[in-house]
Amino acid sequence: MDKKTLFDKVWDSHIVTSVPNGPQVLYIDKHLIHEVTSPQAFAELEERNIPVFRPNQIVATADHNVATKNQHLPIVDVLSRNQIEMLTKNCAKNNIELYGLGHDYQGIVHVIAPELGITQPGMTIVCGDSHTSTHGAFGAIAFGIGTSQVAQVFASQCLLLEKPKSLRVNVNGKLAKGVLAKDVILYIISKIGTNSGTGYFCEYAGNVFEEMSMEGRMTVCNMSIEMGARGGMIAPDETTFDYVKGKKFAPKGDELEAKIAYWKTLLTDEGAVFDKEYYFEAADIAPMLTYGTNPGMGIKINDTIPVLNDVSFEKSLDYMGFKQGEQLLNKPINYVFIGSCTNSRIEDFRVVAHYIKGKQKAKNVVALIVPGSQQVAKQIQAEGLTAIFQEAGFEIRQPGCSACLAMNDDKIPAGEYCVSTSNRNFEGRQGQGARTLLASPLVAAATAIEGKIIDVSLHLN
Amino acid sequence: MEKFIKLVSTAVPLPIENIDTDQIIPARFLKVTDKKGFGSNLFRDWRFDDNEELVTSFILNDPKYHGSILVAGDNFGCGSSREHAAWALVDYGFKVIVSSYFGDIFKGNALNNGLLPILVTPEFLKEMTTLIHENSSTNLCIDLENQTISIENHDLVAHFEIDPYKKICMINGFDDIDFLINNKDKIEAFEKGNK
Repeated sequence: MDKKTLFDKVWDSHIVTSVPNGPQVLYIDKHLIHEVTSPQAFAELEERNIPVFRPNQIVATADHNVATKNQHLPIVDVLSRNQIEMLTKNCAKNNIELYGLGHDYQGIVHVIAPELGITQPGMTIVCGDSHTSTHGAFGAIAFGIGTSQVAQVFASQCLLLEKPKSLRVNVNGKLAKGVLAKDVILYIISKIGTNSGTGYFCEYAGNVFEEMSMEGRMTVCNMSIEMGARGGMIAPDETTFDYVKGKKFAPKGDELEAKIAYWKTLLTDEGAVFDKEYYFEAADIAPMLTYGTNPGMGIKINDTIPVLNDVSFEKSLDYMGFKQGEQLLNKPINYVFIGSCTNSRIEDFRVVAHYIKGKQKAKNVVALIVPGSQQVAKQIQAEGLTAIFQEAGFEIRQPGCSACLAMNDDKIPAGEYCVSTSNRNFEGRQGQGARTLLASPLVAAATAIEGKIIDVSLHLN
Repeated sequence: MEKFIKLVSTAVPLPIENIDTDQIIPARFLKVTDKKGFGSNLFRDWRFDDNEELVTSFILNDPKYHGSILVAGDNFGCGSSREHAAWALVDYGFKVIVSSYFGDIFKGNALNNGLLPILVTPEFLKEMTTLIHENSSTNLCIDLENQTISIENHDLVAHFEIDPYKKICMINGFDDIDFLINNKDKIEAFEKGNK
């Protein structure tokens, strides 16, 4: 019998048909949309007089461009308002469920779908956003698509795709104290680079991922795209089933039992062969920080920036204002952003609150807390974290993508450094001229308290 | 979509690695709801400085280099899935991007917009970049039918790969929506089988 990977099992069960010598037609279970990458797709369909084929398999939200203050007021920015209005109009016209501003379920698309139970193991999920890979944490095939593909899914609930190659990243052992899921994925990308996953779909395996919470797994899978992989997956297990159970749109009763029985089969068969495989030791991972302008340019927080004779590398350090061979420790930092589809779930804010409780942020620091969704925001309140953040001088905002990509007003000023829990440190990503250092919520919290970079592992009880 | 069969053009060399789609088109320009006009903001923060002045040292601002082919560095188009990056390149006038590596989503987006991503070896890329730097009027010849990229009056030539289905689409100007809609019966049958 053929040995199959987790990816093979989900992929093969969604093939509608194949083009001879060409791509396959992959059926899509769930299509998530937002205001930025959908309007041109709706327009394309309208121009060609094609109806939306399966509107009940589409869920929409407003996240990318929304303001994180005064969401109850009309949107000030004309272009942003127009995009949101367009989304509202398009959803109404095509009978698509929209969790827009003011809705209890609004939030970052990759935060809301899991917390509502829309994301389930064994599904195929797409969205016009590269961090759709997040949903792979549930053992789903989930990946980002362009707007032409958004239109294709609107028209047919399918995509034409070549099956990607398979990659497995294994991490085994015991993580040190203060090492979070974010450090694990930043470490992996720093070791294998930003394009080693290109053309591949990645499975994460090993006890480190098995022992992670769903929030942690989402953080890991979220950044699969940063090593070039279209998506990442983790085999579903009891942690997954427990998370899905009871969620708003999750199956219930007998249907749930039947689903779980099926989900349990979604494991890579013993002896299945991957096109490429990497192995790492948990003990080698420490709290991480990036120093350059792509997510692969990461080091352990107390290491020195590498010395490399390379034009692109030098250009990158030049932008960041860093020198080869220097340390990041003690660098003053004025901005800290805790949010984004990578790290804006309740567990992330618990980590931050636990660390900063009873402490004060440094005077020079602006520290932003941006919950991933209305539900996370409510949970922050319910767990009494609000007071901790406020007493420490952190600013709590309303849900949205915010300073991760700075489409709204949440921008980091030119030349300033921001220790950020987001996923990309590209030039100008957080605002023109802004300099981003990617880190875990714990490292971000410690930076906010100290006003400079410290080795957080020396400050844990 | 415009048809693509053959192209002879000069090229712009941009040998920077890991050019992500945020550089190609920064997020602040993604607030519009149509596909037009992105070319004026292509590589915006490299072409213009903080005072909106042209950065004369940036290659796209060097009148010596022009043409409808961009010869980029390794791992071009990584990062965000924004198709606006492909629209910006097309709107600016590029028809071909040459690199030794492409971001997956960008590559798909390019092909869906009649923009041909050509994957070559790092050695070939380097040699080609050097030749263009030495002589900006160097013509590159792209032959999609035969899947070759060469340099006019020079023996530098390489074969490139393209998915046979996508090749047919590019040559004929077809897109995937037509194909998928013609397969509705199969899609509906698949749905029934999975209920």
